Amino acid sequence: MDDRHKQRQVPHFPGISAPTGARLLSALSFLILLSSVLLAPSFAQDWVRTGSGLGVEKARLAVPDFKPASADPQNAALLKTFNDTFWNDLDNSGVVELVSKSFYPLQVPGQPAEVTSNLWSAPPPNAAMLAFGNLGVAGGKVTVQGWLYDVKNTASPQILGKQYTDVPTDDATRLIAHKFADEIIFRLGGGIPGIAESKLYFVSDRSGHKEVWAMDYDGSNQHQITHQGSISLSPRISPDGSRLAFSSLTKSGWDILMFSLDLNRLISFPRFGGTNLSPAWSADGTSLAFSSSRSGDSQIYVCDASGNNLRRITAGKGPDVSPVWNRKTGAQVAFVSGSTGLPQVYTMEADGTNQQRMTDQGYAVSPGWSPNGQFLTLAWIRKYGPGEPGSSDIYLMDIASKQWVQLTHDGGRNDFPSWAPDGRHIVFQSSRSGKEEIWMMLADGTKLHQLTFTGRNTQPNWSWK
Amino acid sequence: MKRNNVKNIDLKPQTLKTLATVTALGAVLMLGACHKKAAPPPPPPPPPAASPTAAISVSPDTIQPGQSATLTWQTSNATDVSIDGIGAVQPSGSQSVNPTDSTTYHLVAKGSGGTQEASTRLTVTQPPPPTQAVTPSPTDEDLFGRNVQDVYFDYDKSNIRGDQQTSVQGDAQFLNQHPNISFTIEGHCDDRGSTEYNLALGDQRASSVKSALTGAGVNASRIKTISYGKEKPFCLEDNEACWQQNRRGHFVYQK
Repeated sequence: MDDRHKQRQVPHFPGISAPTGARLLSALSFLILLSSVLLAPSFAQDWVRTGSGLGVEKARLAVPDFKPASADPQNAALLKTFNDTFWNDLDNSGVVELVSKSFYPLQVPGQPAEVTSNLWSAPPPNAAMLAFGNLGVAGGKVTVQGWLYDVKNTASPQILGKQYTDVPTDDATRLIAHKFADEIIFRLGGGIPGIAESKLYFVSDRSGHKEVWAMDYDGSNQHQITHQGSISLSPRISPDGSRLAFSSLTKSGWDILMFSLDLNRLISFPRFGGTNLSPAWSADGTSLAFSSSRSGDSQIYVCDASGNNLRRITAGKGPDVSPVWNRKTGAQVAFVSGSTGLPQVYTMEADGTNQQRMTDQGYAVSPGWSPNGQFLTLAWIRKYGPGEPGSSDIYLMDIASKQWVQLTHDGGRNDFPSWAPDGRHIVFQSSRSGKEEIWMMLADGTKLHQLTFTGRNTQPNWSWK
Repeated sequence: MKRNNVKNIDLKPQTLKTLATVTALGAVLMLGACHKKAAPPPPPPPPPAASPTAAISVSPDTIQPGQSATLTWQTSNATDVSIDGIGAVQPSGSQSVNPTDSTTYHLVAKGSGGTQEASTRLTVTQPPPPTQAVTPSPTDEDLFGRNVQDVYFDYDKSNIRGDQQTSVQGDAQFLNQHPNISFTIEGHCDDRGSTEYNLALGDQRASSVKSALTGAGVNASRIKTISYGKEKPFCLEDNEACWQQNRRGHFVYQK
């Protein structure tokens, strides 16, 4: 299997190595870049390291540790939490290149008055941007002051100046770091909001049953949401973040259940009969698509968010499962069908017309629709046959051209990719560490890192903002 | 090996002489006793005509058919002793009996002093019916477990393949003969597929078995179906033999 991945690596690529023109530090250019990769058919079946580092120069950002602003005994611990979280957020953002701390001047600033721009803009740091500040605990509050400076613009360097105050807890301090990181990412990442405050919902068996859990996007703050005591799967968070639809084995079979995160309990949702799986929210939050075998084969159904107005949108030979809406238009649905044998990914209009098969071979499941509407992610075993099962990897497909690129290459079974709201990150499950865990990467396959380590953790779903 | 020491005891001539002397002396003393004559006894008086006594018992006094009991009797001053059903017997004695019905043994002892009677009763009980715990008759659930065969599937398939038709026909035959049994068909898949698709596939497998049974006359109202996808595998190894175990329609008796 691994040999397949080593067939040919193409070091140069016309669409990438040629200057793409404007050195936009934006996600738009990143996506344009990806699509240019995908539109080059002769390279589609090779392992191409695509990415924003190849054709676009990212801003070099220096992030010296924030300085302590008080002698409170809590100060040191919270400062460490802040610095670790803040660095990690910026490092994983995919929009900046962090300057190694070994290049920093000995004296780092905690206040604007302490900044000497040319110490940062000149080699060795050679930074374009500098994020700095201080954290102090006083009077039962933690206060963070942070600045973003364009150190090449000596006349008017300040891009951002922010102050945050909250209760002096670890959680609150992490949130402050996320908020300030997102401000920076928003400005340096083409105006697309950062994801540091986003959440991940997933299935974990660590309580002894498969239940729905939640965590921050960086793997911190993992906590159990449901307590069904049976098998709960396929958690899907509503666009406004208030409700969680999932599929659970109840006394009557597999039902779609609805959990209110505001009320912290299940709220009523109709039981349709048959096996009901894989709910998916439309981007406007008004509709759910899911699969149901209530009339025989598993077919795709759509209902209102309340569960009313149920209608079937696929017919014929199934099974059809795992629908997902076009997040941009809300007018199309991608899904998986086994109507021709091994499961393949299809798209269709939300009324079931105009079905298009997207994958040409193998075993293709778990489609995810990118926030800009242009791409699908999927889990694909391209070479599949008795005796020679290939590995399941995450792929990115341009919907218009059906050109694809393979994002994971490193072994294990990789499944259930889910897009971050910024369109730059993908979270997925992988068994590459020996058991199924949640991993995250940039949409070009880089910055791969593991988020969960306890129990088996599967089917991650990223919040919409 | 060390040999055991054997002690030799010599019989010396002096020892033998001593023994001979003691023996001779004993013989002389005994001869002396024989010479002493006893006085003749007086003739006994004629005994009075004593009335006879009689007693009879049986042990145990309760048996089951085929078992035996021991009848024991004693008499005195009797010249003619008999037991009803047995006949003349010794004045005292015992005898094994094994009647199939309850019997009263009547002993009559006649002597010159009169007649004495005694009786005892031996009860023969009918055996209790054999206890249920020893050889229970099989329940519907037992029969279901013994006769209903799971149905196995090919990879990614939910149609019932040729070599499984015998199982399905046997299942239908048994279920038609036991119309009161309700049951669940669980659809299972091997773990190579994806979670959501496997649940749909398992659903199709369960439905496929259900329609084969209803086609063979089994009432659909008796059948529940549920898919477990790859959530509850029978076998956890990573090989075809194990995967085949996990691709099945599994029958569960509904209590």
